[in-house]
Amino acid sequence: MIAHEDIQLENVSKFYGEVLGVNKVHLNIPPGITSLVGPNGSGKTTLMNLIAGLLQPTRGKISVCGLSPHDPENFFRLVGYATQYDGFPRGLTGWEFVHCYLRLFGFSKIETERLAWEAIERVGLKEAAERRIAGYSKGMRQRIKLAQAIAHRPKVLILDEPLNGLDPLARAETIALFRELGNEGSHVVISSHILHEVDLISDQVVMMSQGYVVAEGQIRGVRDEISDQPMQVLIRCDKPEHLASQLFHHEQVVEARVHADRAGLIVRTRSADSFYRLLNKIALNGVTIESVAPADDDAQSVYEYLIGTEESTK
Amino acid sequence: MNLWKRQLLAIIRIDLARTFFSKRGIWIYLLALAPAIPMFGHWIFGNTENEQLGGDAQIFAGIFQFFYLRIAIFFGCVGIFMNLIRGEMLDKSLHFYLLGPVRREVLVAGKFLSGLIASITIFCGAVLVQWVGMFAHYSPDLLASYMFSGPGMSHLISYLLAAALACIGYGSVFLWAGVRYKNPLIPAAMILVWEGANGLLPAMLKKISIIYWLKSVCPVSIPAPKNNDGEILSLLIFDIDPAPAMVAVVNLLLLAAFVTVWAGIRARRLEIGYGTD
Repeated sequence: MIAHEDIQLENVSKFYGEVLGVNKVHLNIPPGITSLVGPNGSGKTTLMNLIAGLLQPTRGKISVCGLSPHDPENFFRLVGYATQYDGFPRGLTGWEFVHCYLRLFGFSKIETERLAWEAIERVGLKEAAERRIAGYSKGMRQRIKLAQAIAHRPKVLILDEPLNGLDPLARAETIALFRELGNEGSHVVISSHILHEVDLISDQVVMMSQGYVVAEGQIRGVRDEISDQPMQVLIRCDKPEHLASQLFHHEQVVEARVHADRAGLIVRTRSADSFYRLLNKIALNGVTIESVAPADDDAQSVYEYLIGTEESTK
Repeated sequence: MNLWKRQLLAIIRIDLARTFFSKRGIWIYLLALAPAIPMFGHWIFGNTENEQLGGDAQIFAGIFQFFYLRIAIFFGCVGIFMNLIRGEMLDKSLHFYLLGPVRREVLVAGKFLSGLIASITIFCGAVLVQWVGMFAHYSPDLLASYMFSGPGMSHLISYLLAAALACIGYGSVFLWAGVRYKNPLIPAAMILVWEGANGLLPAMLKKISIIYWLKSVCPVSIPAPKNNDGEILSLLIFDIDPAPAMVAVVNLLLLAAFVTVWAGIRARRLEIGYGTD
């Protein structure tokens, strides 16, 4: 069911003249952390700019929690957007940057200052706040953009490559912040190239390729729908070679190979359900199975199946 | 204070600091003060006989009409007003304004006002400096008589008004061009040609310009050249049917208001297209 607090895109297309930005996008993004995943040029930034109203769709309709970017006075109280663009108004310090932005909201002077410091502290940039942005490192610029995006406490946060340039500690802190915001019921829409982080932080993913949405939903759900790729299962057991020899005879097993650490077996199967039933029987025949887990229901695998394959065939 | 006023003030404060103190804008100060150099040279090296005052007033008028209005303020406004929107596009910083809860019309109005404050301060301030350079070397008695008993003060006010109106008129047009065109220098060049050829146009077309109305506000007529090349120059200098100053002021303000509103409406369709992923 489509809720009023969702981000909704109905048949949205954007063309830059003859060039396709995104095409026929239907999306319904619920609260939580949603990752946009896709190679360069797949339309992630275009999609984010469309949601934030920086671009206008050639066709289709966009609404964020029932509001349209054409109503900026209400829309941008709800939405915060940290773009990937590295340009800043010239000559400003980090604090001035966030403070100037907040002044556009019409907050009182005291409220503006309080919110600006709160956001700057939240991204861990208090010490450098009085320095000019021109002297900031890439990671600091990322963090001040994030501070600007969250300063007015938006319900919808759109972040284009927010983890780029962050050191590991800042990365972990920023991911924790996203998680915190997601748990508070906010929409956090993130684009990222780093797939293991997508796994770590996302409640759902939107996979894009060449301007089209190729999959959306929870990663496991997306994986289940890729029927042309056999499922991979990692079985940790005491006799992997023996287990492999028993599995080869069965029709649903496409491939079985011993794991590199020789303490497990990776099996590819067309039907996970029948395979698990089979495994129960085999386990009774003297093989001690420690664990069984899907090995390819992560973002990396799903990405390779959906986009990697698609890209390579072009 | 209502939200729009707060937003206007916020935009003006952000932009003013950048316009006044930007290294990129130094040439605008130089352009504004360029006429002051010969005027102060005239003070130091020139003849200060009292009967020269009338001649100096005409020289001032000539420099003001031919250089200051047509070149200095024109290009100064190109530099200030085109940068307000298009310059921020080039700096990839315009989206910060567009991501605030600000109507595009309010953003354009705020930017226009900040450009106006900066340009009027710079160019009217430079008129005062030039005035000092041109006339301050006369004896205090003669100067006081010229300023307060003669036409000096009203002339000075008219020049300041003309400079301010030029900023308003050219500013609105260049702001619009900055909103409308990706490369606003092309329309700026076309406007320069149109304004330059204004004296050669038929009476009806002359009125579709800014310089025509500005000339009507200028207080001192420039004498016709006496040599044979003077015919075309005379066309540029004289208007057969000059508008009354009051009409010129009202028309320029109406033109600026119309163009600024148009720019505000056009800004609703403004998109951030720095590049795609």
